Amino acid sequence: MDKNFAQRRRRDLVVAAAFAVVAALVPLFVKDVYVQNIMVLTLMYAALSQSWNILSGYCGQISLGHALYFGIGAYTTALLFTKFGVLPWFGMLGGGLISALIAMALGYPCFRLRGHYFVIATIVIAEIALLLFQNWNFAGAALGIDIPVRHDSWLTFQFTRSKLPYFYFALVLAAIAWLVTWWLEDSKWGYWWRAVKDNPDAAESLGVVVFNSKMGAAAVSAFLTAVGGSFYAQFVSYIDPESVMGFQFSLLMALPAVLGGIGTLWGPVLGAVILIPLTELTRSFIGGSGRGVDLIVYGTLIVLISLARPEGLVGLFSRRRKEAVR
Amino acid sequence: MTAETIIQSLASGLLMGLLYGLIAVGLALIFGLMDVVNFAHGEFLMIAMYATFFLFAFFAVDPLLSAPLVAAALFLFGAVVYLLIVRFAVRAKANAGMVQIFSTFGLAIVMRGVAQFFFTPDYRSVTHSWLGGRTVSLGGIFLPVPQLAGAMVAIAAFVGLYFFINRTDFGRALEATREDAGAVALVGIDKNRVFALGWGLGAALVGLAGAIMATFFYIYPDVGASFALIAYVTVALGGFGSVFGAFAGGIIVGLVEATTALILPPSLKSVGIYAVYLLVVFIRPRGLFGSI
Repeated sequence: MDKNFAQRRRRDLVVAAAFAVVAALVPLFVKDVYVQNIMVLTLMYAALSQSWNILSGYCGQISLGHALYFGIGAYTTALLFTKFGVLPWFGMLGGGLISALIAMALGYPCFRLRGHYFVIATIVIAEIALLLFQNWNFAGAALGIDIPVRHDSWLTFQFTRSKLPYFYFALVLAAIAWLVTWWLEDSKWGYWWRAVKDNPDAAESLGVVVFNSKMGAAAVSAFLTAVGGSFYAQFVSYIDPESVMGFQFSLLMALPAVLGGIGTLWGPVLGAVILIPLTELTRSFIGGSGRGVDLIVYGTLIVLISLARPEGLVGLFSRRRKEAVR
Repeated sequence: MTAETIIQSLASGLLMGLLYGLIAVGLALIFGLMDVVNFAHGEFLMIAMYATFFLFAFFAVDPLLSAPLVAAALFLFGAVVYLLIVRFAVRAKANAGMVQIFSTFGLAIVMRGVAQFFFTPDYRSVTHSWLGGRTVSLGGIFLPVPQLAGAMVAIAAFVGLYFFINRTDFGRALEATREDAGAVALVGIDKNRVFALGWGLGAALVGLAGAIMATFFYIYPDVGASFALIAYVTVALGGFGSVFGAFAGGIIVGLVEATTALILPPSLKSVGIYAVYLLVVFIRPRGLFGSI
């Protein structure tokens, strides 16, 4: 069993590397800006969902307020850049660290809560932050922040002529989120988290410090989510509280992992690759009428997948894999 | 700030709180029955408001008269949602919690899309009704009639629900299924039937709330979202598993909202509600009257 596990992990790494190389080559052939935009969003959601999956999937602490960390990342970068001229790279790091600290500060009282009480606490905290940002005049209140675009440069991480730099950065981000998850899966943290998820009381009695392991998961998850937020601020160069901190966004971030396979290494990637292009395409081709058909298609899909594949779409692959092993 | 303004806003907070309780009680009932949180609860409220609006706009039926009709329609809708979606969601072998959240969330998105498609995103309102736009004066305090009527409907609904759960066979079956769904099967109660009726009843209660809300609130496809979050907080504040906790939770939420609006700018009035929720669960992790 151990041997199989090590073998599987090595194969995961090879498959991921192959995917990354193929993905990196795609924009050389696909020049269409619209398609490139979808690819950037897909990679970003893969990274975000992977980050969410660390706390909610592996550690089992379901957060529907992760937009808080995304928003903090976006706002830290945008505020530092527009108000103090600090380069986005520092904003990215700063936003990540602030988010990780906030996640631990919030985790301190919240991790005592269980089940729906915890989920609602995460929603409510993000909602308080949303309302405060909407009323915070320094940060542009409800109107948000327009990030002035000066010229194309890696230094300020702004590009107007081409989407490619954003694409490669998003690819790196998704790869880092995946690698962190891959590495944690087989670390002592990974085992603690799964024990905490399955049965916190039993884990505690076996010497797992449940509280600390939840805090660790929250910090890593929040850090990566905030980096995603910083990236998004630079990518769209305009942010407002509702679009980066709203409840809807928390759900959208969780969705690829849930539909792809919650608490699995490949679930978020698979979910994002299927879901995000589909969302964007339905929005452009049938949502243009503004009549909600895209919502109907999208919602129906969510209902059907979650009912038909409760373990996520990765289940389709693992079954084949089991047969192959046999 | 005079004593009068404080009493005035606490009084309207109390009325709104009773309505919040009525909106939330359906959610609490369904959760208590089968541990499922309906993430489309706000959209149930939304279609109830639209149903009231269209009965008014096309047939000139006053919301006060259409309320029972809307409740009956929502009863059917709730039962159908259980039979078509939730019945399968609770059977999920893996990730039961997430499947319930996201299958009902998917339903919510579909319902919003359908509302946009058929009713357009325009804001609608019931322009004149027996209740709308009036106020009564009680000892110098002015109370809006729609909210007053809503509060009375809410109290009546809670009294009715109390007798229904405690005095009727179906109510007892509901309680018994809640306690132990496996055991009731042995005495010949069809679990699915009880759950379907429970969903119907929960939806009918939010239907009642929607008919009242339509008399003083704009109606649009996304209207449910803001009330849904308040409803979740109300139920959790009262404690999951306690139907009457939702009643108390609603009153607290209404009063806290009114008090916050006195102290902070109106756009921050929900912050008070959320802060009180956090304060309560940090001290009592099961809510005020929760059993689990």
